[in-house]
Amino acid sequence: MSEKRRVSLAVNGTAYEETIETRLTLADFLRHQLGLTGTHLGCEHGVCGACTVLVDGYSVRSCLMLAVQAGGSDITTVEGIAPSKDELHPLQEAFRDNHGLQCGFCTPGMLTTLVEFLRDNPSPTERDVREAISGNLCRCTGYQGIVDAALDAAQRLKGQDRTAGPDGGESP
Amino acid sequence: MKPPPFSYHDPATVSEAVELLATLDNAKLLAGGQSLMAMLNMRYAQPDHVIDLNRVEGLSYIRATGDGLEIGAMTRQRDVEFSNDVRRLCPLLNEAMPLVGHRQTRNRGTFGGSLAHFDSSAEIPTVCAGLDAVLRVAGPRGEREIAFKDFPAGYLSTSLELDEVLVSVRLPAWGAGHGFGFEEFARRHGDFAIVSAAALLEAGTDGRITRASLTLGGIGSAPVRVAQAEAALMGEPGSVETFAAAAEMARGIDAHEDIHAPAAYRQHLAVVLSRRALEKAWSRVEGN
Repeated sequence: MSEKRRVSLAVNGTAYEETIETRLTLADFLRHQLGLTGTHLGCEHGVCGACTVLVDGYSVRSCLMLAVQAGGSDITTVEGIAPSKDELHPLQEAFRDNHGLQCGFCTPGMLTTLVEFLRDNPSPTERDVREAISGNLCRCTGYQGIVDAALDAAQRLKGQDRTAGPDGGESP
Repeated sequence: MKPPPFSYHDPATVSEAVELLATLDNAKLLAGGQSLMAMLNMRYAQPDHVIDLNRVEGLSYIRATGDGLEIGAMTRQRDVEFSNDVRRLCPLLNEAMPLVGHRQTRNRGTFGGSLAHFDSSAEIPTVCAGLDAVLRVAGPRGEREIAFKDFPAGYLSTSLELDEVLVSVRLPAWGAGHGFGFEEFARRHGDFAIVSAAALLEAGTDGRITRASLTLGGIGSAPVRVAQAEAALMGEPGSVETFAAAAEMARGIDAHEDIHAPAAYRQHLAVVLSRRALEKAWSRVEGN
């Protein structure tokens, strides 16, 4: 039994019309069907946060959503954060400069989570940042660098046009 | 990991959902999916049919009514968290919402989904118990209402019939100037609470307590109201001694034991968190 549906959606600004098996998770769809392997899968049951992507601007665990449910949605994965092929997003630059990653497995989820967070909270405290990434596990014990990177990125983002983010989602 | 094979249905109306649920064997409703999707991925759940409620119209709203709030079952937890009506009319719920999972799960998880799944350590059922919520469900025999006290039916089980869909929840508001406090202990921010306590208090002009609600989550198979403490608080002045004595009554409640904590530790937490929640609620009663 392999039930399929035709689904239209946008991923990182590209429109797709795909035939999707209805039981396929959004995470597996992005990785296997679209080849966007930047989205990582750690636990596959909603604990580790590595698979976080933005659905219509909101962070979501892509292992806890069916791909068919994303029909009509605008998805941003870690591949879609940077403004161009040659440039990093200020958050990515801040991760590099503050040693915010070691093995890099949790990084896509950290970045997507923090893109939304910094959009909604342009001036966070350290505590706010720690709470924001509480749903993302890093096993290289890299939280300190990640928190430093997020705070640094907040400063960098203030210096530029904030509408330059990957989406125009509204703050709460 | 992949969910087991199932037929996927995405009805557009509640009556279509009810009809599917009533006619299909081994069907499961999918709300925000923050518990069910994990259960499917791990194949704890193996439904033949998944009925997705995400495209059903009219189930996502927060409405101020004459006497409180009405929240549609498919309202995202995020929307409850940032609702001004919730902050104004049910501040206890507003205080508990940031503790429900994480940003990523609240963006997708729904208010009704948490109730229908009914994990006893979840914050939403605990708040609903404290507020005497009334749940509206739709089934093939029409709609009916379930008072929260009649909702629990054991661990992860509710009195929803197999062919019924939760459609909305009514939360009666407490009087203007009432006090509220939500306290929980969890290993990490966003984890399920090992124990949580929700307190509501109202006082008369003489500074004595005229109404009290104290609920514990995470302690048994469902949130429990500490009725003995609520009764003992009535007519008392709000003092440190009053709240310590009332909180101590939580120690006698049957507590379950699991990998996270033995029963005696849960009972200890119940007392400490009850006291803190009551004191916090009292500090917020207007006029104090």
